[in-house]
Amino acid sequence: MNVGDELARREIAVDRARLVRYAGASGDFNPIHWNDRVARDVGLPGVIAHGMWTMGAAVDVVVDALGDPGAVLDYQVRFSRPVPVPDPGEAVLTVVATVGAVDPQVQTARVDLQVTLDGQRVLGKAQAVVRLPA
Amino acid sequence: MRVDPSFAGRVYPPTGVYEVARTAVAAFAEATGASHSAYTDPAAAQALGHPDVIAPPTFAVVVAQAAEAQYIADPAAGVDFSRVVHADERFTHHRPIRAGDRLVTVLHVESVTERAGISLVSTRCEIADESGEPVSTVRSTLAVRGEG
Repeated sequence: MNVGDELARREIAVDRARLVRYAGASGDFNPIHWNDRVARDVGLPGVIAHGMWTMGAAVDVVVDALGDPGAVLDYQVRFSRPVPVPDPGEAVLTVVATVGAVDPQVQTARVDLQVTLDGQRVLGKAQAVVRLPA
Repeated sequence: MRVDPSFAGRVYPPTGVYEVARTAVAAFAEATGASHSAYTDPAAAQALGHPDVIAPPTFAVVVAQAAEAQYIADPAAGVDFSRVVHADERFTHHRPIRAGDRLVTVLHVESVTERAGISLVSTRCEIADESGEPVSTVRSTLAVRGEG
């Protein structure tokens, strides 16, 4: 693993049904993630994805590249732009994971995630610190 | 309603136990599109050195959210949920969360600051197992828009 290497890349689709599943699995029932009326009342264009759904879906690209979910030691993001989810239809995110730094002393690497919707970043400073495979 | 800055520094008593169920881990993995076998198959998890199925890297939010509600849902805190936007989130895992864990969380209100009419509320959840072994640290910041 070298700095600058592209570790993985994936397109991820999200529709309203996916958000309902995430709401149930996570316990986050904020209506802005399933009710257009409530979302518009608070100034959003309509229902948006849970930021935590986007965060969770994005890191899966890193997990699959490493082969062990337990290798993700630290993971942080900033939520920089909402992800509107149309109905009918779906939003499609592009996730690109790149090696940002390698620390051979402690056998870890920093993986930088670029997560975009229609070419615009929806997450800022999305970084995972991972344990390097032995 | 105004976010009360005097909550900064507050530390809440440990939560009740959150018991991690295999079914909850599997449902969370499925909802985020995660298909790694270590989330659903104990043998696959054991092959990687884990005692049981492990949870995806962001599963700890389920545990943290419940603890954060002690603060966020307190009317005295002044956090109007209809004006809240999630600003950032960070997980530091001391070890993976796994099925069968009995987790206890201590919530810290790290800071409450205001700039340009937006209040930033930062919390830290220290998640440990019942014996006190640290499992995960979850940091979260909410941005609360002022009225008008």
